[in-house]
Amino acid sequence: MNTDDLRPAVLRALRRVAPEADPDALDPDVALREQLDIDSMDFLNFLIGIHRELGVEIPEADYPRLTTLDQILAYLGERRPAPAPGLAGG
Amino acid sequence: MAEFRMPSLGADMETGKLAQWLVKPGDRVARGDIVAVVETQKGAIDVEIFEGGVVQQILVPEGSEVPVGTPLALVDGAVPSASAPPVAAAPSLPGTPAPSAAASPAAVPAPAAPVPAAPRVRASPAARRLAAELAVDLATVRGTRLDGAVTLDDVRAAAAAKAPAPAPAPVPAAEDRAAAMRAAIAAAMSRSKREIPHYYLGTKIDLKRALDWLEAENRKRPITERLLPAVLLLKAVALAVREVPETNGFWVDGAFRPSTPVHLGVAISLPHGGLVAPAIHDADGLSLDALMAALRDVVERARVGRLRSSEVTDPTITVTNLGEQGVGTVYGVIYPPQVALVGFGAVVERPWAVGGLLGVRPIVSATLSADHRASVGHRGARFLAAIDRLLQEPEKL
Repeated sequence: MNTDDLRPAVLRALRRVAPEADPDALDPDVALREQLDIDSMDFLNFLIGIHRELGVEIPEADYPRLTTLDQILAYLGERRPAPAPGLAGG
Repeated sequence: MAEFRMPSLGADMETGKLAQWLVKPGDRVARGDIVAVVETQKGAIDVEIFEGGVVQQILVPEGSEVPVGTPLALVDGAVPSASAPPVAAAPSLPGTPAPSAAASPAAVPAPAAPVPAAPRVRASPAARRLAAELAVDLATVRGTRLDGAVTLDDVRAAAAAKAPAPAPAPVPAAEDRAAAMRAAIAAAMSRSKREIPHYYLGTKIDLKRALDWLEAENRKRPITERLLPAVLLLKAVALAVREVPETNGFWVDGAFRPSTPVHLGVAISLPHGGLVAPAIHDADGLSLDALMAALRDVVERARVGRLRSSEVTDPTITVTNLGEQGVGTVYGVIYPPQVALVGFGAVVERPWAVGGLLGVRPIVSATLSADHRASVGHRGARFLAAIDRLLQEPEKL
């Protein structure tokens, strides 16, 4: 699945909780919380930011699947509202 | 006529720099309004006023550094009248700068710096600044804080709703500010270890019930309303304080002054080794939702260096949660003049025997560092036991 269009929104949400982070320096396969000095409040706010940007519901039970940037993008790719034109009810 | 003075924003503060006035003569202020921003070692603090009235005269211009206690402005408590009240008889404290702008060498009023138009929307200067940066009209933003005040999050949400413009990153604190904060921490902690006869108690608490309850609760909630485990811990501490009041208050002039309100200080680490522990006011009376909102708000403002004067001066007991770093047990240093500090470590799964059966449970280490002048170990033990008991009935928190 192509997640290129999700990336800017995720990075925007990330920048809000970790303004000093350099997105280009992030390793997409290493847990964000290991790379950035963010705590559980920051992480929750980050997910809320993603939710607001993309309208994706993220159950708490899924948090363990959302540790690296790549995992998050893949997850959002599956979960985002279907972009199919005309068909989607909303 | 009342004097609004440079407040003491910490035991070791001697002077403060008036960075910005948020009111001007003629403005009406209410008790609790933020009227000025003062630069301290702990960063910029939004200073609240304790007496309502009408600002008559600004005595100290922006940019001046003055001793604690210096009159900064004159405020008339009476309803404003058409006739100009006399301000010539402004009293002056001995040893403080003359209350005249002209007397200060640096008193070149900057006409370019516009005095904020003091809109009646309640918002912190940080939120106002962000709103200005993002071109968001504060009057159109709905405040989500308990008192209706607009938070940084509200501004961002409004900006996001308006246009997909990225929020500019706040400028990180300058290195010299970090050095000043380090000096303030050093002074407070040295005093603590020099003067306070600490005793330390620790216990392990089974969090299974609390976390199961939280998980079920969060499953019912949209992500924006979910609670963090830390909120349960904070509420349990705040309620336990009521049962053992010797942990709550200040040691001042050789005597313990207990506090009836429970203003829970929460230790928040900042970039560059900074640390602040602002108060969540009356935490024992807040619902978990309100406590979560208060925690989010205070963490956010601490990070951008915009705490309020009452928050830095009021904590009656402090909680530090170092579990995020995976640490097992905290051996805390009390923040004087407080008399107790509660530390939580990481929540870890451990073998745990219940009713003769061994199971795996989420366990947290809770420690109490307490001032032996104010309490004895027996009472401290009761305090930790109360935290444990309260966490076993999370639905009642």
